Amino acid sequence: MPAVFFYIFATIMIASACVVIMARNPVHSVLFLILAFCNGAGLFLLSGAEFLALILIVVYVGAVAVLFLFVVMMLDVDFAELKQGFAEYLPLGVGVGLVVFAELGMVALGWQTSPLAASAAASPIPDNMSNTAALGQILYTKYAVFFEASAMVLLTAMIGAIVLTLHHRPNVKRQSIEEQNSRNAKNVVEIKKVPFRTGV
Amino acid sequence: MTIGLTHYLVVGAIMFTLGVAGIILNRKNIIVILMSVELILLSVNINFVAFSKELGDLTGQVFALYVLTVAAAEAAIGLAILVAFYRNRGTIAVEDINSLKG
Repeated sequence: MPAVFFYIFATIMIASACVVIMARNPVHSVLFLILAFCNGAGLFLLSGAEFLALILIVVYVGAVAVLFLFVVMMLDVDFAELKQGFAEYLPLGVGVGLVVFAELGMVALGWQTSPLAASAAASPIPDNMSNTAALGQILYTKYAVFFEASAMVLLTAMIGAIVLTLHHRPNVKRQSIEEQNSRNAKNVVEIKKVPFRTGV
Repeated sequence: MTIGLTHYLVVGAIMFTLGVAGIILNRKNIIVILMSVELILLSVNINFVAFSKELGDLTGQVFALYVLTVAAAEAAIGLAILVAFYRNRGTIAVEDINSLKG
């Protein structure tokens, strides 16, 4: 039964990856990228990496793909113009693809795992706990430096994205907190002596 | 029929090939290029997880998590650069991105 699901997930993922690179409309590309990621998550589930499968759904489908969709829809670009040259590059693309696939295929089909490899595992998968618990147990202890490094990567990405896209328009009225806080009665309240029956 | 390491490696190889071909085929459209890079990173993750299962070693999944983090950061920065570029130049065609002047 897992074999059937493997073939279903793999076929749909590869087909949607083909649509991603060939679609005329980038919105379709993004939607099929989401489908590819969902099926990739299915493959992860089949290999017992439940935590990664759900993270793939949450991070990729929930954040990255939506970010792509947002950018594609926000930028008003003539995508038909960008699509030109597809036929021109088709022979080159197919050629390079075939070469890369032949090389990777030779590696994949000729791969033999040493019988000693399993005993040399750096952090063997424990039997008595869930995948998430096992991952957490080594992520926060053995790979804590990795964990903090990825936190730094995300922090840098966040600050970088904000700095790149934030811009102040000169003609827009904004709230100025320091100006509001520095107001006092002496320089904003004016006392006027108004003579009787004349008005201000 | 059991699904072994080779099946996953072949699927990863096909996905990697599609990603590389996508970069070459869509040389004018940087959004699709970024999506192809995401496909390549997904194929790398498939390989990591397959080896993790085959060798009974959790380290592969930790690395896949790290790849996921870097891919998310890369997508965020790439799209931010794209938006900033579009705001300045009004186009995102790759051949117009040839000047480093701000």
